[in-house]
Amino acid sequence: MVKENEVLHIAELADIGISSAELGKFTEQFNAILEYFDILDTLEASGPLMRPLVNVFREDEVTPSISQEDALRNSHNPEDGYVRAPRVI
Amino acid sequence: MADEDFTVIIGLEVHCQLDTASKLFCGCSADFRADAPNTHVCPVCLGLPGAMPVLNKKAIEYALKVAKALNCRIPEEGEFCRKNYFYPDLVKAYQITMGDNPLALGGYIEIEDDAGNPKVVNLTRIHVEEDPGRLVHMGNKERGHYTLVDYNRSGIPLIEMVTEPELSSPKEARRLLNKLRATLEYLDVFDPEKEGSIRVDANISIKGHERVEIKNISSYKGVEKALTFEITRQKNLIRRGGTISRETRHFQEGKGTTTSARSKEVANDYRYFPEPDLPVIRVSDWVEKIALPELPDARRDRFMSQYGIAVNHARTLTGDLHLAEFYELAAPVGAQITASWVADILIGELNYRDMPLSKVTSHADQFKELVILVRDKTITDKAGVDVLRVWLDSLHENGSPESPAAIVARLGLIREAGESFRGIVEKILAKNPQAIADHKAGKKGALNFIVGQVMKETKGKSDPREIHAMIAEILGE
Repeated sequence: MVKENEVLHIAELADIGISSAELGKFTEQFNAILEYFDILDTLEASGPLMRPLVNVFREDEVTPSISQEDALRNSHNPEDGYVRAPRVI
Repeated sequence: MADEDFTVIIGLEVHCQLDTASKLFCGCSADFRADAPNTHVCPVCLGLPGAMPVLNKKAIEYALKVAKALNCRIPEEGEFCRKNYFYPDLVKAYQITMGDNPLALGGYIEIEDDAGNPKVVNLTRIHVEEDPGRLVHMGNKERGHYTLVDYNRSGIPLIEMVTEPELSSPKEARRLLNKLRATLEYLDVFDPEKEGSIRVDANISIKGHERVEIKNISSYKGVEKALTFEITRQKNLIRRGGTISRETRHFQEGKGTTTSARSKEVANDYRYFPEPDLPVIRVSDWVEKIALPELPDARRDRFMSQYGIAVNHARTLTGDLHLAEFYELAAPVGAQITASWVADILIGELNYRDMPLSKVTSHADQFKELVILVRDKTITDKAGVDVLRVWLDSLHENGSPESPAAIVARLGLIREAGESFRGIVEKILAKNPQAIADHKAGKKGALNFIVGQVMKETKGKSDPREIHAMIAEILGE
């Protein structure tokens, strides 16, 4: 069971503000999601992680990039070709 | 308190950009420095939903080359991981790096300690990871503070090399970085001329106290400065009875100080887990096939045996690949004299002018001409230095320098036989009876003043050894 203080810690790591009013609901939903994983655990797994492929590489070749305009399409209020973000230091 | 043990313990994490043509997980060009922001990007390095990373083979080959050169062990299986943290330079809110199963383990680097003795510094590991984007911090009173982000650097291949905490001084740390940088340059896997191509984090503690991590040392030259400041800060804090707290501090390049990072950034809860989009790598058997070039230590030893030069010259000359190549090009005119003129004189004159060696390498023949003029005693050592300065200045200004022979002719610097200066020597001796008295009383170096005066009067055309001999003769010694 996830507790409220763990939800607060995860919210802080993800830089997401959660109000005290929302905290109970978030904790409930977290636990509901984790219950689904309990159901998945009823299946026998063969190992920690199934990854049958090994050594998949690409050669060191340059392929075209997208345009600056396309790159900034999801950015609110870009400036001089840069993505604008809130102050971080 | 005076007897306190201030033993310093330093470990380094060195990040180095591998000089591949494309990025680590996508085909965007890695040659981005001259271009506008966010023009070397694609759905993979922008972290758009559904985009899948595919590993650049050359980046792994380069990293293995470094691992082999640094005597590391390659585990059978390597695995990429997601390191989760939330910061605007990281598009996916995680960095693809390596966790418990890195590319290489162990290994070591040989340096000299502060007493000049050989010292082996062990490595913990080497792993491959992606570089985050570049942040530009902006702000003014009207618009408030904000951050601009350029993702051209996002996804550039990095290797992180982690040392054991075995360094005992900032100077040792600098020597380790110089050695590492030279080795990487010899291996031809990175370009030291590119800004920010090598970046360092340092862990530092005073024995018996908590450890502090210093981040943001963007120039490898700043490492010694940052560590020296931090040691003084920690010692002073201990002397005042304070406690060192375990924290991350940022190096302020301009001020030469470190400042505490906000506690929020220190929340080291990265929740590493295996990257499900990348298969594991099994590359330990590639190592045998990798051919290593001659590395700095081997070249140093060869310079000593092949050219018969001293260890300090050999070490300096092989500490930089291009310097070593330049020396070998010029050495045929005289191995000893060339070693001395490159290591003792040229490097200092270049540093003084903030001039790269590459400006000189394309005019190696003219440098050889200068060394020959000195070797054949056509000009004195002192005149040689003057000619070098004039030559470098003309190179620095217009790139097509006046030849050393032409400079010698223009300035009239041809060395003249000692006899032609007998009159000047006698005149200066007569003016300085005290120096002669000091000399006769056994004071060492008393005559140097007189020789210096003669050199000055003859504009460097006299040979100080000849002048010394002439003075001895005049004084009846």
